[in-house]
Amino acid sequence: MIQKRVIHALFMREILTRYGRHNIGFLWLFVDPMIFIALIGVFWQLTRGHQFSTVSTLAFAVTGYSSVHLWRSMPAQCMSAILPNSTLLYHRQVKPMDFYLSRLLLEGMGVTMATSFLIFVLAGGGWMPWPADPLQLILAWVLLAWFGAALGLLIGPLSERSALVGKIWAPISYLMFPLSGAFFLTYQLPPQVCEFMLWIPMVHGVEYMREGYFGAVVPFFYDLPYLIACNLGLTLLGLTQVRWVSRGILVE
Amino acid sequence: MLEVRNLSKFYPVRGGKRVILDGINLRLEKGQKLGILGRNGSGKSTLIRLLGGCEAPDSGTIDRGMRLSWPLAFHGGFHNSLTGLDNLRFICRIYGTTIEDKIPFVQEFSELGKYLNEPVKSYSAGMQARLAFALSMIIEFDCFLIDEIVAVGDDRFAHRCQVELFEKRADRAMIIVSHNPTYIRKHCDCAAVLLDGRLHQFDDLEEGFAFYQANQ
Repeated sequence: MIQKRVIHALFMREILTRYGRHNIGFLWLFVDPMIFIALIGVFWQLTRGHQFSTVSTLAFAVTGYSSVHLWRSMPAQCMSAILPNSTLLYHRQVKPMDFYLSRLLLEGMGVTMATSFLIFVLAGGGWMPWPADPLQLILAWVLLAWFGAALGLLIGPLSERSALVGKIWAPISYLMFPLSGAFFLTYQLPPQVCEFMLWIPMVHGVEYMREGYFGAVVPFFYDLPYLIACNLGLTLLGLTQVRWVSRGILVE
Repeated sequence: MLEVRNLSKFYPVRGGKRVILDGINLRLEKGQKLGILGRNGSGKSTLIRLLGGCEAPDSGTIDRGMRLSWPLAFHGGFHNSLTGLDNLRFICRIYGTTIEDKIPFVQEFSELGKYLNEPVKSYSAGMQARLAFALSMIIEFDCFLIDEIVAVGDDRFAHRCQVELFEKRADRAMIIVSHNPTYIRKHCDCAAVLLDGRLHQFDDLEEGFAFYQANQ
């Protein structure tokens, strides 16, 4: 109950510094993915769009971009989340965990809103189909958000432990970008590569999400228990790190 | 009643740990006003932060039988990038009270005028102290933790604190940390001295002062 109050207060506070009092800051949440998706869409239409004849190029780009956006931006928000808020720890009901939860909530809601907006505009305008199985799409989205949140709870406290983590995270997340399954369909890969790719948890989420969007028009590869197990493992690992950071914190 | 048992705190330093508080015991009844004396670096502020719950002790327990304020100090408790008004909203939200009816008092007491809509980081030390003090007065507490806050204010601010805190809220308990004996003598009815990580509590104010002077 108290924690709910604190997270609400922190949520409102994060909105103020993230998006400011002027609504243009809030608009960036939508403009950023739209520019990206427009570029991808044009690129594919011009070059090799015909190769994906069974699935809509635009929907492919939307699902790919939003999934990466989701699991990349949540950990990014958790990095160095403590310092700008540390003076608020003077109130004993405010805990470092609340900083992480409020930021994860804000980021998850922002990306979800931006993605829903894109789907409604693009599908409503007739540029791409509506999702075949919205329920599966939502479930896949939730699993990917869980992955992002768990990664955030791990990366966030680690970044407090060493500044190196923040520096290493940027190249790693760029490296994971093409590996995350966002920009290919697994069934088109050579079998050995496919086998390797299926070790990466996000691939399962993206494949499941795409099946939800397109229907089973092509074979999709995913193992939900594997993804859930990875999420659980990451969450537990993350919680131990949050605990560590909460104990060691120095209030100025 | 506030009861502290066997409280210890140490900070890691190069090649070991530095003991700040070494098994401290403390009792405070409702309405009692305790002044804690100690030299610079004796652990006064650490003790206040532990009591306020901003930091976790390494061992020992704190039994907060009453509503303790957060440590009132020059900084801490509010967010520098937010405006004074947004900080007011934040604090009302985390303590679960209504917001709008608190604004007039904060406006009146802090005398910040238009600055209430500016980020706190643009405030002077005196302005921050006025805001911190005004914000702590809008939440109902049984015991106030005060860490030298009045030292930065001018006479006018000191007088207004006097009225709001020591006259209007004379029935509340207080723990005041200071190395200024005059201030403690004026506002407290008992004293404690922090010396080498230990707390020596005296029911009689003058006994506390005598002990403090003897160990200067």
